[in-house]
Amino acid sequence: MGLATFKGGIHPYEGKELSENKPVQVLMPQGDMVYPMSQHIGAPATPIVAKGDQVLVGQKIGEASGFISANVICSVSGTVKAIEPRRVANGTMVNSIIVENDGEYKTVEGLGADRDPSTLSKQEIRDIVKEAGIVGMGGAGFPTNVKLSPKDENAIDFILVNGAECEPYLTSDYRMMMEEPEKVVGGLKVILQLFDKAQGRIGIENNKPEAIKKMKELVKDEPRIEVVELLTKYPQGGERSLINAITGRKVNSSMLPADAGCIVDNVDTVIAIYMAVCKTTPLIRRIITVTGDAIANPQNFNVKTGTNYMELLEAAGGFKVEPEKVISGGPMMGQALFDLNMPVSKTSSALTCLSHDEVAASTPSACIRCGRCIGVCPSHIVPQMMMEAAEHNDCAKFEKLNGMECMECGSCTYVCPAKRMLTQAFKEMRKTIAANRRKKA
Amino acid sequence: MAKLYNVSSSPHVRSKDTTGSIMYDVAIAMLPASAYGVYQFGLKALLVILVTVASCILSEYVFENLMHKPVTISDGSALVTGMILALNMPADIPLWIPFIGGMFAIIVVKQVYGGLGQNFMNPALAARCFLLISFASKMSTFTLDGYSGATPLAVLKAGGTVDVTAMFIGKIPGTIGEVSVVALLIGAAYLLVKKVISIRIPAAYILTLAVFVFIFGKQDINFVLAQICGGGLIFGAFFMATDYVTSPITPNGQILFGILLGVLTGLFRLFGGSAEGVSYAIIISNILVPLIEKATMPKAFGREGK
Repeated sequence: MGLATFKGGIHPYEGKELSENKPVQVLMPQGDMVYPMSQHIGAPATPIVAKGDQVLVGQKIGEASGFISANVICSVSGTVKAIEPRRVANGTMVNSIIVENDGEYKTVEGLGADRDPSTLSKQEIRDIVKEAGIVGMGGAGFPTNVKLSPKDENAIDFILVNGAECEPYLTSDYRMMMEEPEKVVGGLKVILQLFDKAQGRIGIENNKPEAIKKMKELVKDEPRIEVVELLTKYPQGGERSLINAITGRKVNSSMLPADAGCIVDNVDTVIAIYMAVCKTTPLIRRIITVTGDAIANPQNFNVKTGTNYMELLEAAGGFKVEPEKVISGGPMMGQALFDLNMPVSKTSSALTCLSHDEVAASTPSACIRCGRCIGVCPSHIVPQMMMEAAEHNDCAKFEKLNGMECMECGSCTYVCPAKRMLTQAFKEMRKTIAANRRKKA
Repeated sequence: MAKLYNVSSSPHVRSKDTTGSIMYDVAIAMLPASAYGVYQFGLKALLVILVTVASCILSEYVFENLMHKPVTISDGSALVTGMILALNMPADIPLWIPFIGGMFAIIVVKQVYGGLGQNFMNPALAARCFLLISFASKMSTFTLDGYSGATPLAVLKAGGTVDVTAMFIGKIPGTIGEVSVVALLIGAAYLLVKKVISIRIPAAYILTLAVFVFIFGKQDINFVLAQICGGGLIFGAFFMATDYVTSPITPNGQILFGILLGVLTGLFRLFGGSAEGVSYAIIISNILVPLIEKATMPKAFGREGK
């Protein structure tokens, strides 16, 4: 039997050897902490502290302001210095709470206390997840409590833990599966407690044989949990690709995974659920890989959210050579940063620093219709024709070509021999079309 | 403010393949057939190849300069067009004919329509057909070892018999690059291994033709093999029908395209006036590519039902 996978995809240089064998180091921040009120999809949180207030580790400082929104929790103790817009990784200015870190890490009462999930009701678990400010930490930042509250909980057949980590260079999920696998299983068991009919599946790409072995060993006596070995291929960890590989089901752009009976959570998110429910610790840290050929000592860190990227860089030994490009996340879907003076957010997975910018080094030329973009597209659409529509700004044609099924994974742009900026054009088209749809609605 | 890093939309990495590397791979794949042609027909074959390639590159250079467009001769596409056209010529052709052919291919068929990627017909083949019509006798006079002779398919059509082994090796009269099946297959294997082409078009083309001539021609294995080895079918199937620009981009469309080629070539050979037909089959099918693509659009993931 072949390994579970999907049709399409690419095999870019993985770069994981730089950091995969580096144990996760805890980083204690020194400077000011910045907590953007929008680190998730949905309405920004509302600050519930004021300038001059004393705050503690684990204290809620931003309150979710709608159904699809998330709390923001303070990760240090200290004084609120300001509440003002600050630049975040996606380039926009977001209202943020700035906390002067007193370095004492005084905690709110009860933080870190053990809690037995079997004594909790389903609603209590969902409330804990919501209070803890947990969002999808794979990158999208969708509020997790909303994901865990589908219309019909009996229609959920699978809880999928996404341990594919298909994005090149990233090793944070791998390290957590190696170092704290029991937390992954513990978190998954908490989720399974919410869905009586569901089976748990942990999907891991086969370039991580040690993690697969470790997780398999750990779940061998769990009747409801199985580890699924996935073929190493980008974008295997894309939500739709993962669901397809593990369950054979298909989710399109107008469906939620729940419509196909699935809930997908990233490894770090599942650990965050475990920590919130079993250890009374809200989301105040994340695992982040600092890597790339420009970094002196590539490694993985356990970082408090709100820490400045500069501190992360310093902890990794700084630059070995001057980078041309610095990316929040991995090279396929990450955000390029023009400056490092930005905070680590709930969805930051890596800081990838590359000495050579392949985008700047290549000039787009005429399409030769080689068809590679079609072969690699995991959505089975036709990037070549979508690009023609995009160049003519033809939204109707773009939609007819199923352009809204694009998941912006970048595979077509990666393989294009003419180095055309396909994904970039598609992102613009998709934004325009989505905005037009909202206007009509 | 300190130095700013580069920003751009993701993805931030690119594969190593470029338009140029693909074109040079195609050129490399035609080297065995070219070398065999020179070995068999002598230095005059080499001259034809050089003149055709030079004509194509020069035409592209001059035209793009005159039109104030960026000069693209380094992408290798004019080189490939020149080689394909040259390998479609008899070795005894007066050199001014391939020179005109190169100009026609690049200027009329490719550049006038907008340059690389915009032409709707294979430039080399359109130029060959133009030369066939304009200089019919010079374009179809073939010699081998100093004697002029009919191509094996012409012999077959006249009711004679042919030696399939000689056809496989290339000991037959024909154009410079089409004669040696084994040399062509070495180049084709290179393209397949390097993933420059997929097997879909050549396989569909050759299989369809084989079935067609078996049913409508002779139910004789020797006859079918001769049809496959002769008339530049192998050259056409692997090197000309697979031209990215003028073949369908959709996977199913490529199979349909191959089948259409097989049927057209079979029709021309068995029921038409000429014994060959590969070139005409390909340029006619080129014109139908937009229709084929429309009919074979892939179904989007998760929307297969619609």
